[in-house]
Amino acid sequence: MAVQNLPLARALNESLRKSLESDPKVVIMGLDVGKLGGVFRITDGLQKDFGEDRVIDTPLAESGIVGTAIGLALRGYRPVVEIQFDGFVFPAYDQIVTQLAKMRARSLGTVKMPVVIRIPYGGGIGAVEHHSESPEALFAHVAGLKVVTPANSSDAYWMLQQAIQSDDPVIFFEPKRRYWDKGEVDTEAIPGELHKARVAREGTDLTLAAYGPMVKTCLEVAAAAAEEGKSIEVLDLRSLSPIDFDTIQSSVEKTRRLVVVHEAPVFYGSGAEIAARITERCFYHLEAPVLRVGGYHAPYPPARLEEEYLPGLDRVLDAVDRSLAY
Amino acid sequence: MTVESTAARKTTRRSSGTKRTASASAKKAQDSQNSEPELVQLLTPEGERVQHPEYDIDLSADELRGLYRDMVLTRRFDAEATSLQRQGELGLWASLLGQEAAQIGSGRALRDDDYVFPTYREHGVAWCRGVDPTNLLGMFRGVNHGGWDPSTNNFHLYTIVLGSQTLHATGYAMGIAKDGADSAVLAYFGDGASSQGDVNESFVFSAVYNAPVVFFCQNNQWAISEPIEKQTRVPLYQRARGFGFPGVRVDGNDVLACLAVTRSALERARRGEGPTLIEAFTYRMAAHTTSDDPTRYRRDAEREAWEAKDPIQRLRTYMENEGHADAAFFEALEAESEELGKHVREVVRAMPVPDHMAIFDNVYADGHALVDEERAQFAAYQASFADGEAE
Repeated sequence: MAVQNLPLARALNESLRKSLESDPKVVIMGLDVGKLGGVFRITDGLQKDFGEDRVIDTPLAESGIVGTAIGLALRGYRPVVEIQFDGFVFPAYDQIVTQLAKMRARSLGTVKMPVVIRIPYGGGIGAVEHHSESPEALFAHVAGLKVVTPANSSDAYWMLQQAIQSDDPVIFFEPKRRYWDKGEVDTEAIPGELHKARVAREGTDLTLAAYGPMVKTCLEVAAAAAEEGKSIEVLDLRSLSPIDFDTIQSSVEKTRRLVVVHEAPVFYGSGAEIAARITERCFYHLEAPVLRVGGYHAPYPPARLEEEYLPGLDRVLDAVDRSLAY
Repeated sequence: MTVESTAARKTTRRSSGTKRTASASAKKAQDSQNSEPELVQLLTPEGERVQHPEYDIDLSADELRGLYRDMVLTRRFDAEATSLQRQGELGLWASLLGQEAAQIGSGRALRDDDYVFPTYREHGVAWCRGVDPTNLLGMFRGVNHGGWDPSTNNFHLYTIVLGSQTLHATGYAMGIAKDGADSAVLAYFGDGASSQGDVNESFVFSAVYNAPVVFFCQNNQWAISEPIEKQTRVPLYQRARGFGFPGVRVDGNDVLACLAVTRSALERARRGEGPTLIEAFTYRMAAHTTSDDPTRYRRDAEREAWEAKDPIQRLRTYMENEGHADAAFFEALEAESEELGKHVREVVRAMPVPDHMAIFDNVYADGHALVDEERAQFAAYQASFADGEAE
């Protein structure tokens, strides 16, 4: 059956399975990816079906995982690396930034780096410190990397396969609090472009631009606003490097108002980049300054405070009202 | 005299062994470094051939002359590069002076299908791999960041971040094992890099996966201004044991011993017996790079002591004593050296500055909208000058 209703986590699992089946050079690496199937079970059953040579349990060393993946890529493999949680990627940050991102340019294009680094990210699951961060801007800032994040099961299924097929290194952020949300996956569809934004809901009064875990929140905002007679357009950016500014521009030229929503701290974040670019592109169309809703310039708080830290329905609606008041 | 230079003098005195003011534990650490335990040697500093029960090799006169030629030409190339830096033709140079035996010995142990991961000082290994030496100078002249295709000679790009490449080497070796191939990987790093996490993680991974990789540490005693005592309290080769594979210390100024030990370790890797750590005990005769001033942190006496262990002179003495080479050989080699120097000089001076648009080349394989946009903006900006000139 081509169309299935799958949780996002299961869609990722199916995507990995498909990738392992279709290309013998694809290998999965990471801590606990084998028998355990990953702490979120994204790799569940894969080692059993593809063997320890294709689904590789690694020592507990993030730099080692990414560094050896680079070596495997140089040997012609396509490693898909799992970093267990967002806050644990930093021991590997050096390998990602100084090595993975630059290898192609340093070799004048003779070397391919088809490495995917999967990172479950974001909050909302009541986890302890270092388990709920949103470091996407740190990676999007680095030339040579691509950064994408699906918001639903269909994108999880297709975008991961597209990332694995890419000859560029891709940082694949998975919205962990949406892992258990179900959605339709058409495994025979023709997928959209990996780096193209999607209009998740059409509207005419204001554009909400979001990605990953915040897309669902923004759709809820749009539904709530509709009850007050406001027509909100919701964009799912899907890709943060590159960002599909053309789709944002088209939307803003129509609605004339933009609010960017993400979980990561607002300061120096993705929203800042989007606000600046859209102000350049749409200066004469805008009826209000581009507003941002996101996390604060503070360490991610303890779980009992995270609902205050994370953008929720009320904070986004407040920003919508402020924008419409101009 | 400043406090700093007084302290530096005390440190260097201690290193030269003339006056011992160090604490007992520091003294012990230092002794363990300098006592040269279990140093594999086949050719003494005086040029005498000695036997080793495990690592003896039998080389023809032709092979000996080949190793000698490699070392002489590598040193000549290195000297030329240093001169070119002094003349402003290179922005920086990392000299290998004194480490020719470690690099040629290990480099000549390789098979064509083996793969090398160097740091930024492996000019002699590159020579052994058949990499055009002028290719090494692009990054030091500032026209590229390496820029050669690593797969052409199975010689990876120079890596400047310390120790990163040991993990790449381990991953590559894991790939060899997956492929069922019998080639091996040789990963270079220095005593300074041995302190890095990546090097230790590469030891863990290579041991766990039994990867066919040989770690070749050139312990040249100094990490810029930090002596080996600031990196370790035990001889580096002994660390291997803690990771579960053998370590061996070789006289890094003895090209025969470096060749024999590396060959043995590579064969072991090919047999599927896993990694080996080789510590080549050697000395960096020159500065860390041309930006460095070793007179601030080490004394001439130390260098002089190592000059007596020169890798090239000892092989020459041996060859002359045994009649493996005549005067004509040495004269011809001298002429060849001069030709190499001239060639390097000419090629470096002729290296063009890349086209401005090269900034945007090869950032991504599959393209990137922002790069395309910025490339177009930059091209328009450049074109605006051309328009102005036309008017």
